[in-house]
Parts: sequence; C-alpha cells; structure tokens
Amino acid sequence: MIRPALLFSVALFNLRSLPGRKAAAITAAIGIAGVVGVLVGVLAIARGFQRAMTVSGSPAVAVVLRSGADSEMTSGLSRADTRTIGDAPGVARNYNGYITSAELFVIINLPKLSTGTDANVPLRGVEPGAFEVRGNIEIVQGRRFATGRNEVIVGAGAARAFAGLGVGQQIKVGRNVWDVVGIFTAGGGIAESEIWADTAVLQPAYQRDDNFQSVLVKLDSAAAFEEFKESLTGNPKLNVKVLRQADFYAEQSTAVTRFITTIGVFIASLMALGALFGALNTMYSAVAARTREIATLRALGFGASPVIFSVLLESVLLSLLGGTLGAAAAYVLFDGYRASTINWQTFSQVTFAFNVSPDLLGMAIGFATLIGIAGGLFPAIRAARLPIAAGLRES
Amino acid sequence: MKFLPLLWAGLQRRKLRTTLTFLSIFTAFMLFAFLGAIREALGGGVGMAGRDRLIVRHKVSLIQTLPESYKAGIASVEGVAAVCHQTWFGGIYQDPKNFFPNMPVEPADFLAMFPEFVLGDAEKQAWLGTRTGAVVGRATAERFKWNIGDRIPIQSPIWGQPAGQGQWEFLIVGIYDGTKKATDTSQMFFRYDYFEEARQQMKGQVGWYTVRIANPDQAAQIAAKIDEQFANSPYETKTEPEGAFAAGFAQQIGDIGAIMMAVVGAVFFTILLVAGNTMAQSVRERTAELGVLKAMGYSNFLVLILVLLESSCIAISGGFGGLGAAWLIIASGNPIPGLLPVFYLPANSIVTGALFAVALGIVAGALPAWQARRLKISEALRRVG
Repeated sequence: MIRPALLFSVALFNLRSLPGRKAAAITAAIGIAGVVGVLVGVLAIARGFQRAMTVSGSPAVAVVLRSGADSEMTSGLSRADTRTIGDAPGVARNYNGYITSAELFVIINLPKLSTGTDANVPLRGVEPGAFEVRGNIEIVQGRRFATGRNEVIVGAGAARAFAGLGVGQQIKVGRNVWDVVGIFTAGGGIAESEIWADTAVLQPAYQRDDNFQSVLVKLDSAAAFEEFKESLTGNPKLNVKVLRQADFYAEQSTAVTRFITTIGVFIASLMALGALFGALNTMYSAVAARTREIATLRALGFGASPVIFSVLLESVLLSLLGGTLGAAAAYVLFDGYRASTINWQTFSQVTFAFNVSPDLLGMAIGFATLIGIAGGLFPAIRAARLPIAAGLRES
Repeated sequence: MKFLPLLWAGLQRRKLRTTLTFLSIFTAFMLFAFLGAIREALGGGVGMAGRDRLIVRHKVSLIQTLPESYKAGIASVEGVAAVCHQTWFGGIYQDPKNFFPNMPVEPADFLAMFPEFVLGDAEKQAWLGTRTGAVVGRATAERFKWNIGDRIPIQSPIWGQPAGQGQWEFLIVGIYDGTKKATDTSQMFFRYDYFEEARQQMKGQVGWYTVRIANPDQAAQIAAKIDEQFANSPYETKTEPEGAFAAGFAQQIGDIGAIMMAVVGAVFFTILLVAGNTMAQSVRERTAELGVLKAMGYSNFLVLILVLLESSCIAISGGFGGLGAAWLIIASGNPIPGLLPVFYLPANSIVTGALFAVALGIVAGALPAWQARRLKISEALRRVG
C-alpha cells in the first residue's frame, strides 16, 4: 500500500540533497539544454523555410503554367493563352476587369551582403493586377513602379539580403538600368525574396517577345477552383497545368525542406543518443553517490516505489530544467533570425526567418522529458534493487 | 606495460559508467564526422576546381545562354589553350526526385578539358562514334543500376520534345570514374551535335564555356580580355576562375551550411563537456586509492601519468571508434544523392577529430590528476569520495 505522502516525502528528501551534488546536476542540465537548444534551432530552420514558401499561398488564388513545367522558368505561355486563361469561369472581377496577372520569372546576379559573392536573385515581371491577385502586398517604403518605365520594387527580404537594393538606388542588369522606387512586404511569404518589375518592360529586356511564363488568377472563391481548372485543362487549344497557389509553393519547396529535415532529423537523433548516454551516466553516478542513503531508507521500510519515484523525479526535473533552458535560449537566439539560401528548384535565393513556433518549443520540452525518463529509469530500478546490507556498508 | 592491469582495473571500477562515457564520446565523434562529410558535400567543389580553368558565362546570370559562335572568339584570346562548352539540359529521368545533372558537350574537347573524368579508350571511341551516345558517372550508374548498352529515356521541360521523337533517348556507351573521391561522378554527358539537331528552340545557343589557360597566374588578365571582347554585344560575358565560380555556389547555399556547422559544433562540445566532467569525477572519487598508490611509493609524476592514461584511453577509444564507425557508414553510400553530389569523409576531418579525441583525454584527466598529484598522502587516505 503506497501512500502518496510517502512517495513525495522521499522525493523531496532526495531533491533537498541535490545542492550537495550541484556540479554533476548542473552539467547534466547543461548537456540537455545544449541538445534541446540545437534541436529547436535546426527544426526552426526547416519551419522558417517552409513558412516563407507557403504562408502566402491562398486557396482562392490559382497558378497556371505550361503543362509539364516543373517551375516557372521551364514554362512558357503566349499572350493569346493568357487571354484565354483570364476569360475562364471562376475568375474574380473588379471594376478594371478580371483580376489576373501574367508573369515572367528570370534570375539576375547580385552580391549577397553577408558574403560579398554573387547570388541568384529572382526578378519577376508582373502586370498591375498582381497586387490584387495576391492580396497581401504592402508598400512599406517608396511607391509602386509606374507601368512602362524601367522601375522596380524590391521585396523586404531581398532588400535586406542583397547589396544595392535601397530606394533611390539603381540596378544595372546587362545593358538595362532599373530604378529602385519602393520596398514591399508580402506577409512574410516568398514574394519578399523577389524584385518586381513591369512585365511589358521586362519582356523586351530579356528578348521574350510576347511570351509569359505563368498566370496568377484570383478566383471568386476557393470552391471555384475545380470549375476553373476543368475549363482550362479541357480546352484543346491550351496545354496547361493549374494549381492552387498554396500547392504550387509547397511543390517548389520540397527539395530544400526535405534536405533540411533529413539532415535535421538525423543530427537530432545522434544528438539525442549522446544526450541520453550523458543523462544515464549522471543518474547512475547520482544513485551510486547515495547508495548509503538509499540503503538506509530501504532498511527503514520504504519500499521500492518511493525510491524509484524519487530517482525518476530527480532525473525528469533536471531534464526539464535543462530542456526549458535550452528552449528559452533557442527562442531568444534564433527566433526571427534572418537567413537565405538557394532553392534548387527555382535556382534562386529564398530569404526566410527562423521560426521557433510554440509547437516546436512544446516538442523540445517533451523531448527533454523523454530523455529524463529514459535516463532515470534504469538507475532508479537499480537503486530499488540494491542489497540493503551491502549498501549500508558503502562509503 | 606493467601498469596495464592497473589501468584496466581502474576502467573496470564502474563498468557501467565507463561504458556510458565511452558511448557518449563515440556518438559525439560520429556526429563530428558526419558534419565533416556534409560540409564537404556542400562546398567541396571549390577544392576540385582546376587552377588553370576559367568559366565564361552570360554576364546577367548563368541561366542566360551564350552563342555557340563565341567559341572561336574566346579561343583567339592570347593565353587561351583550349575552350569547350556545356549547356544545362535539365533532363528528368522518370521522376523529378531522381535528379542528376545532364549536359550536352562536344566529346573530344570536353574529355581533354576535364582530365579528372576517367573514361576508357574503347568507351571514348564508342562515344565519338554514336550520335545518341552518352557517358554517365559511376555514382549515377550505380544509383539507377545502369549498364553500358542501356537505352535511357529522358524528359526535358526546358527543351521540350526532340524533333521527330516523343522523348529524348540516349544510349549509354561508357561509365566514367573520378580521379579523386571528391570528383563528382553523378553527371551524365551526351553529344552536342545530337542536341543541336534535335532541339526545337534556341538553336546555336550554349550555356557556358570552360577555358583552359596556359599560365594560371594570368587568370585575371585573360578573364578581363575575354570579357572585353564581348562587352557591348547582345550577349555580354563574365569570366572568372573555376574555383571562384564554385565558391559562389557554395556561398549561395551559404547560410544553411554555416548554420548547420555552428549548430552541430555546439552539440559536439556540449556532449564532450558532459563526458569530460564524468571522467573528471571518476578520478576525484578515487582519491583514496591514489593515496594508497602514493603511500606504496609511486611517484607523483607516475600517478599523474596513470590518471591521464586512463582518461585518454576512454577518450581515444571512443573518439576513434566514433570516427571509424562514421567512416564505415559514409563509405556505404550516399543517402541523398539528388541533393549531395559527393559524400565521403575528408581526410582533414579525420585528423581534426583524432586530435580532438586526444585533447579530450588529456583535458578531462589533467585537472583532477594535477590536484591528486599535490595531495598529501594522509589526507588522500582519509578522503571518502
């Protein structure tokens, strides 16, 4: 018959002796803090990248590319195609007409501020409808570019990461000079890594005649997607594929996300193993150091359960302490930290921010608890099965 | 040597603790080794770049093409020994996930420019004689279990359908190897003349040129001269040494690589901190025994050495074991061939890891050993853990 009071009195007694074993306890906690902090950091990278790629994907926006194209760069649509697409059923209208934007996607080389070396930066030609199609574009500095002029607006992420993209500065691309007239945000999404210009001006600059690469369309509602898609894929004069914007972005980010996640999970597993061995070691040492105490308790009549419980509790508490420390450090150090990398599928840079989300923190703490339990269980059982007489004799 | 039994007894004192310490050091060094391999894979192209080679690309971006006719112009620049071109084909084999680079090239020029790709003579002749022939690197050939004589269908979203056929089809006439482990053997090369004839758009355009120069020290001047030749033309060029070009790519991956390294480095040291502390603790616990040894006549210095040897034993066996296990796992294959072109453990990682292992042993044992050395024997004998 185990009374809860017994369990807790032994546990508390155990915990009160902790200050005497400060060094070992602190080292164990730091070890777990390090591992947890790093796990959160690595997963925050994957989350941040994914978030940048998908947060702006709206279910009521559709993307149309040439059939078989795996990215905008390998797609091609003529102006006639884009007109047919714009006239399809399900497209939203405003006083100007249908809300669509036929777009061009090219890459230019600009030096990265952090390294000074060249990086591939996306330059997108858009039509005036692009702002309303996406719905979350805000000009935070300067103004929109004027149609027909060599002007560009720069995404906030790109402005931060690459050189020479301030309002009032100029970008020289081949023999064309573009004025930077504004900086925009897009709700943290992928558009913030891009530079936008007027399609009509970009086409001749890149010798694209009257061709585009994608059409973005705002639908009446998310439900109108199926009708819109069927009308286009069933049209014999068109050879296109139609996706919701969210799905399109998800598709574009699979390679890098998979890479980061694979490496992240692998590293996390090895780290967890290392941390586990460290925790086991500490707990076994803790039990060994208190052999006499535990033997005395058992001689007094406390059964196995209070002893096991007290050791487990100590282990879990230490791990939780370490885990919380690590999670907090990760949050303070990593959340919002800006980075950029190349997305091989679009062959251009994506700027993103580390995202230490609440569920990641929760996962980290859960992880720490698991290590605590695993690290404490066997030492606890060993403590409970100590032969009492031998234990009392230990120094 | 006569102290070996003493050493062994010391290690056996608390078998469980020794084992766990060994295992955590083992894991930490495995992590370190994988870190080295990943870093090499992400940025290793730089080391393999030819010192005497330059890359000429379109000034605006690598994705823009250059005219094939530029070859003559580049060859006419003083100091240029050889020129060859490549173009990004972007071919997909069955599924985009099966990504590997594939490029049309002019076979003779290409093989002469890149001596790091080793191809047998018979295979080389077969390639020169087969229009639809392709040579593929060992890594990709093994990945898809291709053999010489296989016909490989490839789709190209960029270039569309070849004239007169439903899809591009290549006959594998050779498998090439690399001269070094760091050589990328994941690429497939086929013939430019077949490509030019069969493609239906942008005829006469190529992706980029590789130039061999006679004197590597003149790289900057020759690069400037090449760019000068095409300045103010519709296709302006940018020429840079191959190493700088590769480094540029490594830095585009940049932040991710650096972050992962920093992060894993932190974990590595954390785990070592814990292990080191445990080893130091085990020495402190046995102060009484050290006192006995001193009472028996062991000199202070000898006791110090014994303690250091014990901690080094665990650290070195754990460290070398971890490095060795990682080496075996890495040698067994590349888990993500589509994303990491090469995957091997570089020599400098092994050496650095070994040095860290030795350092760990010495540092973990040194402090408590030094304290033990200065203990008075009577105090030591009285000490209880």
